[in-house]
Amino acid sequence: MSTSLPPARIDHLDLLESHAIFIIREVAAECERPVLLFSGGKDSAVLLHLALKAFAPGKLPFPVMHVDTGHNFPEVIAYRDALIERLGERLIVASVQDSIDKGRVADPGPFGMRNRLQTTALLDAINEHRFDAAFGGARRDEDKARAKERVLSFRDAFGQWDPRKQRPELWQLYQGKVAAGEHLRGFPLSDWTELDIWQYIAREQIELPSIYFSHQREIIERDGMLLAVSEWVQPREGEVVETRTVRFRTVGDATCTGSVESHASTIEDIITETATSTVSERGATRADDKFSETAMEDRKREGYF
Amino acid sequence: MTTITSPAPEVMDLLRFATIGSVDDGKSTLIGRLLVDTRQLFDDQIDAVAQASKDRGVGDLDLSFVTDGLRAEREQGITIDVAYRYAATPKRKFVIADCPGHVQYTANMATGASTADLALVVVDATEGLKEQTRRHLCIASLLGVRQLIVCANKMDEGSWRFPLYERVVAQMTALAETLEIESLTVIPISALHGDNVVDRSNAAPYYDGPTVLEALESAPAGGWAGVHGGPAEEATRLPVQWILRQPGGGRTYAGMVDGAPIRVGEEVTVLPAGLSSTVTEVRTPSGPVDAAAVGLSVSVALADDLDVSRGDMIVGRANPPHVTTELEATICWFSPSPLTPGSRLRVKHTTRTTPSIITAISSRLDVNDLSLAGATELSANEIGVVSLTTADPLVVDPYGANRITGSFVLIDEVTNITVAAGMVGIPSLLHQG
Repeated sequence: MSTSLPPARIDHLDLLESHAIFIIREVAAECERPVLLFSGGKDSAVLLHLALKAFAPGKLPFPVMHVDTGHNFPEVIAYRDALIERLGERLIVASVQDSIDKGRVADPGPFGMRNRLQTTALLDAINEHRFDAAFGGARRDEDKARAKERVLSFRDAFGQWDPRKQRPELWQLYQGKVAAGEHLRGFPLSDWTELDIWQYIAREQIELPSIYFSHQREIIERDGMLLAVSEWVQPREGEVVETRTVRFRTVGDATCTGSVESHASTIEDIITETATSTVSERGATRADDKFSETAMEDRKREGYF
Repeated sequence: MTTITSPAPEVMDLLRFATIGSVDDGKSTLIGRLLVDTRQLFDDQIDAVAQASKDRGVGDLDLSFVTDGLRAEREQGITIDVAYRYAATPKRKFVIADCPGHVQYTANMATGASTADLALVVVDATEGLKEQTRRHLCIASLLGVRQLIVCANKMDEGSWRFPLYERVVAQMTALAETLEIESLTVIPISALHGDNVVDRSNAAPYYDGPTVLEALESAPAGGWAGVHGGPAEEATRLPVQWILRQPGGGRTYAGMVDGAPIRVGEEVTVLPAGLSSTVTEVRTPSGPVDAAAVGLSVSVALADDLDVSRGDMIVGRANPPHVTTELEATICWFSPSPLTPGSRLRVKHTTRTTPSIITAISSRLDVNDLSLAGATELSANEIGVVSLTTADPLVVDPYGANRITGSFVLIDEVTNITVAAGMVGIPSLLHQG
């Protein structure tokens, strides 16, 4: 008797998905206390989705942690809380406001950017919970320093990344042993591009915060960026508040995450827009990367995501 | 008896390649050129490269700055670590590992080459093949790279003279034979001006072969981990990563399929214990399937209630692997302090990590003629053949038969740093000197 099976159609998304799941399982097995970092952005939504698949039908063998700048888009917090509740997973919130209140970092003032302050809140939380591995949704196509980083990236007892002393990482042998006080960052989405992320979100029908889709919003234009007017972003002398049709390409601190003018209201629209965009996602929307040409490397060395 | 025949799974092309080339031969410039001419870069990224070029007074657009992203790299004008880049054309997607050329960064180069389907080699045609390039080609071929696309670069500086191209062809053809290279293409190019990279050039009328991009688009993909199925004699390997408990009792075993597809109904053995069972269910991330291809993360259920844990391997009945605590292996030593017999190191092989002792160092490789000569220790970046004994048995195949079950890393017990990359057995291209 001979049975003929149809060919299993495997595309690049299947390979990226399987590789990411492999990495997540490997870190969960090798490390004692991992945590999954979740910002509410699209990359962390994909990361969480992959982690759930890796351990289905069971729960995640690690908690989810949000490093909260306190300058949030309310839509993102609502999305986070609803999602975590529906999944029944554990959520830890590491608060930048707490770091400021405890005097761990200086308060940049009510309108100041808090992205960089996340490093202290993150490292404090890692120490407090004795995490030895933190999954992040960073992709190598985002930035030239990230392009150099290993999938499992070692951090010393001060949380620092030393790009000249990265562990060799051959084949798929991800080794996760660290001494007490040190930890790893695990980046299962290393090989994904922005377009891969959107194609996967479409295929898997992953839920996202509403700010990714086109909507009307009060905007001020500052340093070439379209910032949303909020409690923390108020027009300065000479700046004009306008209502524009925009969406966000990334989710971050509301004081430094710009929007783009867009009529893309569905994931399919966004895929088309992403495929034809002439500006990178961080270039379009992240003021914190514009300080110097190695801004990301400098922040990573200090222990940033 | 049921014979199951199924077509090889279709894989949308995803080509992983590593770059190899000596310092200053123009490797990073070539990758920058490929990315710019296939329009992979956004305007703001090109603007940033232009600004950095101007700041350092190196012209309008130094394409090497596209990939040399670290502060020290830009300051020194060299590549220190692998930069991963991504490109897509209507034909396929590419994962590019742009590897460093300096000898002290051999570990980083090996990191990039270990998962490469092919190597894109850059040779300065005005100077010919350099020692460092030869060395890295040897390492790449030891790691199993069998396809080379060689760019005879800087042809513009040599007025596109045919003898310059011919010399690179002759040098590479001779080397390719000793390195057991299966596919070699040599292309005369100028990475600086873009000739024959993406756009065809009239500058070299003697050349009528593919451009670099055409060669990359037509090369077989997926070879590094046997995603295309590999030779017929390969058999299913599933290193167990994690045990998933099922609601209502029962367990499934999670891991990535290797060697050959795993199928429902397949008779398997769990090693090293040697327990037999039958696969009753295969799940991929998309749901249950009859068969799952190599490269997919799956969970499988077995008919029998066996004691299976992480580090065990579920294997097909054909061509069983070796179960052993004694290994002969070819290793590349990365640590600054030399490896000596008696050293205790942890070995990580597939999903098992176990203590080991280096019982003997039998030889050191001379990368110039691929000969092995007697040795008692290995220094940083040296390759040699060693024997080791492991505390727990490992389930291995020769590296030449399977890059996943034939590879391991050695880990320092104190610092936890990966100090060596190892391949089971001695590659056939090496010979006793």
